[in-house]
Amino acid sequence: HLATSLPLPSERDHLRPRIDLIVFMIDIKSKYSLRNVEASLAHVDASFFLGKVCFLVTGVGRVNACSIETNAVCKLGEAYCSPVLFCELELEGIRVVTAQRLLRMLQICAGHIPGVSALSFVPLMRNSDDD
Amino acid sequence: MDETVAEYIRRTVLKIPRDEIKTMLQKWGFLSEAQLQTLNFHQIKDNISQEVVQLCEENSADIKQAAVLDIIYNHIHQNKRMWSVYQMKKSGEELEYFDITDFKKKFKGRLQSALKNVTITFKEYEDNAIWIRVAWGTPYKRPNQYKPSYVVYHSQTPYVFISASVLKSNLPLLCQALIVASNYHDIREMELRSHSLNSLKDIVFKRYSQNFQTYYPKPLQEENLEPESADIRIVQENRSEKERIHRLNREVFGGGPLPKLEFAQYKLETMFKSDPKMGVLDKKEPFRCLVKFSSPHLLESLKSLAPAGMADAPLSPLLTCIPHKARNYFKIREKKGLFPESFVSP
Repeated sequence: HLATSLPLPSERDHLRPRIDLIVFMIDIKSKYSLRNVEASLAHVDASFFLGKVCFLVTGVGRVNACSIETNAVCKLGEAYCSPVLFCELELEGIRVVTAQRLLRMLQICAGHIPGVSALSFVPLMRNSDDD
Repeated sequence: MDETVAEYIRRTVLKIPRDEIKTMLQKWGFLSEAQLQTLNFHQIKDNISQEVVQLCEENSADIKQAAVLDIIYNHIHQNKRMWSVYQMKKSGEELEYFDITDFKKKFKGRLQSALKNVTITFKEYEDNAIWIRVAWGTPYKRPNQYKPSYVVYHSQTPYVFISASVLKSNLPLLCQALIVASNYHDIREMELRSHSLNSLKDIVFKRYSQNFQTYYPKPLQEENLEPESADIRIVQENRSEKERIHRLNREVFGGGPLPKLEFAQYKLETMFKSDPKMGVLDKKEPFRCLVKFSSPHLLESLKSLAPAGMADAPLSPLLTCIPHKARNYFKIREKKGLFPESFVSP
């Protein structure tokens, strides 16, 4: 399901399946994109932040056009205990690899991989300095 | 033939892209078809221009003919220049018959009586456009042919498009000559500038598709929002929002191609409003700020902002009013009155 912001329109509630993974896409060229994501985060139920949320930063290939600092995004990821992935959609190779990673995460979040659950992502997010 | 004329013709030919030289010379019509046949267009441009100059020498070209070639070049490459739009006002409602010879005579007369050293050239085109080229001199110097001004006047309209040369001091004289020649009594510069002459014409002659309040029985389905090649496994959650944005965009920008502008400039003369605790500006004076938007095609990019998710729809009227207000340079001042909102000055 693709949405431009949260909350999702309520009129389609009955048509929606269970949501296993939320990927917030942030376009590094657009401050508006980051603000939109920050505003949408407030509408996400807390239980999703146990491994079912991920931030995907796109457009990192165009170094000259960056409007957002990667620091800001990483801090966002830390604040919400969720992984941050960087990718460049305009390059087919990276696009495919990123899609495969997300698909893998989705399989885990949906419970299709025995022995691994979304909760496994959370300890991986902890800063190694903390230990 | 005068050396300066020869050099001017040589430089003008050098400017022309190689594959256009033949057609332009043909349009010029100064060299005969036989002479054109003798030209070798496959050599380097330096040599082509030298040969053209020699042929012109045989025909004893003078500056007047050379100026016509320059007009032809600039007519075809009009988008290289920056054009400003001027609007003329008539005092009464007299519908006078426009006489082109009378216009030319009055225009020339007015300029030459003020400034002896000018080169004035006219060329009429099929779309009722009169192109005027003026090369300016001083009482002591011959006209500088390399920095002329160009004027495009559509006789059935009160609009004049001017691409002034760098020597801006001649502008008032040019304007005066125009109103005298065309029987208007006043001329003012509109705050509208662009490289694309046709787009400027589209805006002032209202030739672009505008948002009319027509009641179409046809629904919007005729235009597909996105190529529905998408996977049926992908569900668009915000389809109604996307349609709303699309509809708003259509209402504001119309359905067809938009005129091509490169800039929009907003000069702010408003007071800076901040949290009083921040105490940013103690003095109560207007905050001087200039906001400039630039783009290869400004209106198209504004139109695509909301669908691309980069801005909320509807866009600020300050941006969307550009085509129908026929201006892209604005001064924004405080509205003096009960409601201190900013308003756009006329």
